[in-house]
Amino acid sequence: MTETMENSLSWVPRPMRCELEVNNLTVAYRQPGGRVNTAVDSISFKVSAGEVVGLVGESGCGKSTTARAICGLERPKGGSIMFNGKKITPLTLRRRPKEFQSIQMVFQNPYASLNPRRTIRHQIEDGRRANRGEAPSVEELLDLVEIPRSAAGEYPYQFSGGQRQRIAIARAVAAGADLLIGDEPIASLDASLQAKIAQLMRDVCLKTGASLLFISHDLAVVRLIADRVIVMQSGHIVEQGPTEEIWQHPKEAYTQRLLAAIPEADGLGHIPQV
Amino acid sequence: MSEKDMSENESTRTAGSAATSGTDESVALSIRDLNLTIDDHHILKDVSLDVPSGKVMGLAGESGSGKTMTGMTVLGLQPEGAEVTGEIDYHGENLLALNDRQMASYRGHHIAMVFQDPTASLHPMIRIGVQLTDHMRHHLGLSKQEARERAIELLKLVQVPDPEGTLKRYPHQFSGGQLQRIAIAVAIACKPDLIIADEPTTALDVTVQAGILQLLRHLCDTTGLTIILITHDLGVMSALADEIAVMRGGQIVERGSRYDVIRNPQHPYTKALIDSLPKQMMERRDQAAQAGQTAQAESGETEQPSEPQEGGQHD
Amino acid sequence: MSDTNEVTASVPALKPRKKRFELPPQWKTAYGIIGVVVVAFWLIVAIIGPLLPLADPLAQTAERLAAPSSAHWFGTDELGRDVFSRVLYGARISIPVAIALVVLSMLLGGLLGMLAGYFGRVLDETIMRLADIVLAFPPIILAMVITAALGPGIGNAVIAMLVVNWPQYARIMRSMVVGVRGSEYVISDRLLGFSAWQTLRVDVLPNVVSSILVLATLDFGNAILLLSGLSFLGLGAVPPTPEWGFMVSEGVQNFSAWWIATFPGLCISSVVIAFNFIGDTLRDALDPHMRKHVQSEAM
Repeated sequence: MTETMENSLSWVPRPMRCELEVNNLTVAYRQPGGRVNTAVDSISFKVSAGEVVGLVGESGCGKSTTARAICGLERPKGGSIMFNGKKITPLTLRRRPKEFQSIQMVFQNPYASLNPRRTIRHQIEDGRRANRGEAPSVEELLDLVEIPRSAAGEYPYQFSGGQRQRIAIARAVAAGADLLIGDEPIASLDASLQAKIAQLMRDVCLKTGASLLFISHDLAVVRLIADRVIVMQSGHIVEQGPTEEIWQHPKEAYTQRLLAAIPEADGLGHIPQV
Repeated sequence: MSEKDMSENESTRTAGSAATSGTDESVALSIRDLNLTIDDHHILKDVSLDVPSGKVMGLAGESGSGKTMTGMTVLGLQPEGAEVTGEIDYHGENLLALNDRQMASYRGHHIAMVFQDPTASLHPMIRIGVQLTDHMRHHLGLSKQEARERAIELLKLVQVPDPEGTLKRYPHQFSGGQLQRIAIAVAIACKPDLIIADEPTTALDVTVQAGILQLLRHLCDTTGLTIILITHDLGVMSALADEIAVMRGGQIVERGSRYDVIRNPQHPYTKALIDSLPKQMMERRDQAAQAGQTAQAESGETEQPSEPQEGGQHD
Repeated sequence: MSDTNEVTASVPALKPRKKRFELPPQWKTAYGIIGVVVVAFWLIVAIIGPLLPLADPLAQTAERLAAPSSAHWFGTDELGRDVFSRVLYGARISIPVAIALVVLSMLLGGLLGMLAGYFGRVLDETIMRLADIVLAFPPIILAMVITAALGPGIGNAVIAMLVVNWPQYARIMRSMVVGVRGSEYVISDRLLGFSAWQTLRVDVLPNVVSSILVLATLDFGNAILLLSGLSFLGLGAVPPTPEWGFMVSEGVQNFSAWWIATFPGLCISSVVIAFNFIGDTLRDALDPHMRKHVQSEAM
């Protein structure tokens, strides 16, 4: 118990260990009636160690499909996804290969991302078991995401949406995530929590030396936390670059439109013109 | 955050907004001391609100703050078993005193609602044309042909392409943004003078959201429609609302003009809401960085002055 | 950190819980206690029945169709057998058979439904079409045909009833598993290195089992009635074996002797209702959310 008090010591970043390379990834779904819907069309990008990358776009642009493919939850139709030099294979009925267990995801719906019948401690322990190195203790993890330690024995229904997302983040960190993917992790939260949880994800990743791929349609939040931004539209990458550069000088018309559409809370009553 | 603070704030606010919002404004709806209790849970506590006619009145707050419940109660749609006291004055008529039948003639006719999810608020198996004309024929007593003509007019007003073709189609054949426009057309069909819009853009993409906000503003400006806008998104609030009331735990904690509430919030809760916006967090972080502090301070400890520095220079 | 809004939304006092299944508070409902007491009563009767000083349930006496009296508490039937004795002995047949049938159909149907729902594709199609075929026949007719083919007797009747009874469990189980399978917590656990089987055990099963248990407790009535139907046709319990359902059908032929059908009928009702009470209590006890149901619904 005592050594956890100085918990700043236990979060010395480990050596950076994430190198994600997505090459010409194509994912297509066959729809009823035989039509093929290409959700992601030949996209390429990289996520380097310790980097926070924002993946933005509107609904149906393929950003979630991309995330699922990186986790092995979708079978690519073409292209490849390499993680630390190894090609990611789609998930089968067997266990996920150990080397890919350090890619973890935080989902959109906080009310579905924790098993309602298991305690918080159990679920974080599941994460710790997946850790290949020495996993931090449940208490340390709860401290990290600012959840009271006494909550470990509780069931998910006793927590608010924001707290559940924190617990989901703790579970991902417990697994020794080298790449954390947030698939719209703040979209279901109250406005006052969105930026906070996003910032927490960034802080946690910086502390633990993980990379973060943050998927969101909320560009203002992405600007807050991302080092680099990738803009997607209908399955394609429209533009990518350092966050501030994209913000100040968006090259593509679509990016400009997207940025112009954000209503700003400036009290001036400007309605975005698109 | 005590009761005393709050009442003080409220009094200053009301005075302020009365001064700024002109003299001859009429009130579309006046809520007085509205209380709502369900099984000993006090959901709304002494909510009092004047909604100025022809303006957009914003109700801000987080989930569980009672903002949606306030809107539903105005429409007489409070949950079964809810005890309601107080007064909702609509052009001299206390809506809370009406029976179900009388309320039904107000609902949809004089006061209408736009919901968050248009795919759920329109019936999936009924053509748009029928959904758009049925209540017009009932409330306004129009003939089939007249109702059809008005429906086409309405669809033009909400800028849905190909109004005549639209009437024959089903909801699943439209995108979310188009559907929300149609839902707005349904809401304004019987010429209500008040619309309650509950998170009307939350389910939409930002670029689509901008279009809906423009439409609502346009309706408000050209037809004299009054809108109660319920949303937790302060960006949307700032874009559309003329006046803002901030709710928390079933109470209105702050009320005032858009500019005052967002630029110069008085109540600590409103301040906390504004401070949690990404832009404000960024500014605070940048300030902290400029002050030579380490990155650790960025995430919290909001002791430093957190108000936007340029406050008050505009306008 | 200053999570003002979030903290207020949180649970006031987080008191630690020791075990996962702490039955007492949830079971201390009136219904739960009544259900358990009644079922326990019948189980005890079924076990110690032969030790009780009862009349021989098969012995025929001259007092046929005698109304309830101090000698025959529940009267006698048309062969002069003591109804009270037959009712208590009947528990030895009806209750074990009903339990066996319900448990077996729950296991078989539940397992098949779970496999169909979780793994989908060919397995799903095969199992569910099989279920459809069974459901296409009226259950009693199909059970009759199967028992007739296997030969009359309680054992064969149970097999026949199992064949007609599993599909309803399979269907419900499948639809619930399909609902849970795509949940984000199942995917999360797959990402943490759980195999499909592990998530099935850890995530899927605990979240669907309570509904199946409730369905099973509601199914006891059906089981007893189905058995009595078969017995009536001479395919289940073979006369003169005392069996509740068969006794009810006997009584139906003698309206004037109301006691013949009434008492076994009341026994069936008591068991069915008791199991329903247990089912409801079980559902609440297994659902962690129900423990603070009222408070969390406040807003």
